[in-house]
Amino acid sequence: MQNNVLLEVNNLKTYFEMKKWGFVSIGHVRAVDNVSFNLKQGEALSVVGESGCGKTTLARTILGLYRPTSGDIVYDGKSINEFSKGEIKAYRAQLGYVQQDPYGALPPFMDVRRILAEPLIINGVKSRQEQEKLIERALTDLKMTPVEDFLPKFPHMLSGGQQQRIVIARAKILGPKLIVSDEPVSMLDASVRIEILQLMRQLQEEYDLAVIYITHDLSTVRYFSERILVMYGGKIVEQGPVQEFLDNPSHPYTQALLEATSDPDPKNAETFKKVPGGEPPSLLNPPPGCRFHPRCSYMIEGLCNREEPPDFIIKENHSAACWLYR
Amino acid sequence: MEKNKKIFNVKDLCLYFQTKRGPVQAVDQVSFSLVCGRTIVFVGESGCGKTSLARAILRLLPRNVHTYSGKVFLNSINIMALKEEVFRKEIRWVKAAMVPQAAMNALNPVIKVEEQIAEPLLVHDLVQTKDEAHKRVVEACRLVGLPLDFLGRYPFELSGGMRQRAAIAMALAAKPDLVVLDEPTSALDLLTQANIMNVLKRIKKETGITFILITHDIGTSSELADDAAVMYAGQIVEKSDAAHFFTEPLHPYAEKLMASVPTLREDKELDFIPGQPPSLLNPPSGCRFADRCHKRFDKCVYEPPFLEVKKNHWVKCWLYE
Repeated sequence: MQNNVLLEVNNLKTYFEMKKWGFVSIGHVRAVDNVSFNLKQGEALSVVGESGCGKTTLARTILGLYRPTSGDIVYDGKSINEFSKGEIKAYRAQLGYVQQDPYGALPPFMDVRRILAEPLIINGVKSRQEQEKLIERALTDLKMTPVEDFLPKFPHMLSGGQQQRIVIARAKILGPKLIVSDEPVSMLDASVRIEILQLMRQLQEEYDLAVIYITHDLSTVRYFSERILVMYGGKIVEQGPVQEFLDNPSHPYTQALLEATSDPDPKNAETFKKVPGGEPPSLLNPPPGCRFHPRCSYMIEGLCNREEPPDFIIKENHSAACWLYR
Repeated sequence: MEKNKKIFNVKDLCLYFQTKRGPVQAVDQVSFSLVCGRTIVFVGESGCGKTSLARAILRLLPRNVHTYSGKVFLNSINIMALKEEVFRKEIRWVKAAMVPQAAMNALNPVIKVEEQIAEPLLVHDLVQTKDEAHKRVVEACRLVGLPLDFLGRYPFELSGGMRQRAAIAMALAAKPDLVVLDEPTSALDLLTQANIMNVLKRIKKETGITFILITHDIGTSSELADDAAVMYAGQIVEKSDAAHFFTEPLHPYAEKLMASVPTLREDKELDFIPGQPPSLLNPPSGCRFADRCHKRFDKCVYEPPFLEVKKNHWVKCWLYE
């Protein structure tokens, strides 16, 4: 099963219409613009980018929470555009979603037992015994033992790390094939972060899950995924295997991201970082050509600011959308 | 200002908050000193008292203070002994300023950027005329890299990075000796964060100002650090110069904390700290980290002393007795 493509995203676009006075359309926010990639069964893929680059919109489109404007998502050989209502429900049950803010994602008036039973009730696991069994297994998988201690607790009685583990338990309780986790650890403390990420890695290996790991923190990527996808201004600018990506970053934007990430090293205090100034582009009126060209120091006049770069192959499986590699 | 002069000295600073269930020991017996022009970084998990320490230094206290004691010397004046009014007039913003957490949202939305940066100058009568104030504002803006045409705008017209620069300019306008930066980059994008760090580094080099940087991001903290201190449950558990701190932390907590920082450039074995920090309502009587410590032994039930293990390397742990 290792090489089966589980999810295929083709030329996906998700635009949001912007309106003035409630009815006059003033254009579209191109949150996800022509994104294509695929994900194999059991593979962990990182999606990296700054805030507002369309990472979360991409995730929510894949989850079926937003309707794509155009393009196609093929899951297990079937396009989600062709799904009937019942099939969409079944599709959503096969996907797990781990939200960014665990406290916001858990209903404060439900105890842990009820929170974890909710997806089971909705998806027709009626028998009490079956429910109990699945809940117990989910909690044990996330090392929340003894289970009985946690079941009657409400979210506010748990620490941030425990809350996030409940969110993960809820995402995996139906036995999904794909988990989309949107910045799962950005709200947590450094010492807890690694624990959660390692747990997710273990689950992924144990159940042969595919994971889409959305993050802005490049330093965690090497430990928790095999492949990486860098987004900027709603587009994928570079994708490739993690090690190859770290050794040989190709797109000027990814090079800047790597430069900006600091490791704890006292020598850092002596040097200045070479990072571009400026701000990410507006997605309402993105700049013509390459979206990074106003900030890029390798800009080729007449090309980068006119024509949009296609994906250029750098090595096997490694591509970058940059005219430097034409 | 002469070199190697101790500009800032804190002794046994305590700040407890009153709650219904008893006092919360947010900052407990914290002592450190700073040499002019050096930057000290305070790192620690959330809830370890970092921000309370910053507020205690600048006396920006909420109403429910239970205990507020200790000595804080700024240029060898004990500022803790000053009356509130004197402190407000002569110290806060003039000698010691603070860039608060999420400073980009701390700006007043209905006042133009220029007026906000000039406000500390005008309130404290540091300048006589508006022209003079404008000159100082322009100077501060040049220092932080804020384009001058932004001065006539309102904060919401600026991006996050530019608002952060405006907040830093505001703290620098009055030319204080000491600036406390509370998580100055945590709400910003990676590239903007690196740009702000470059700005702070340049300011440090150009003006010789003394910074206290408070952050939870250990990777970024190394960008600015000359000295580093780790806080845990309201106390400083380790303090040393940056060169030693980032390469060989001694306290078991600092050691584990370092091991939990993922690195981009090298592949290392990551570790985490099981459990969670103790409640500051009733902190354990001995070492506060003992419950989570992998090197715990019999003596840890007693409060460990703050020992100087090597020159300028202080550790609060029985292991180094």
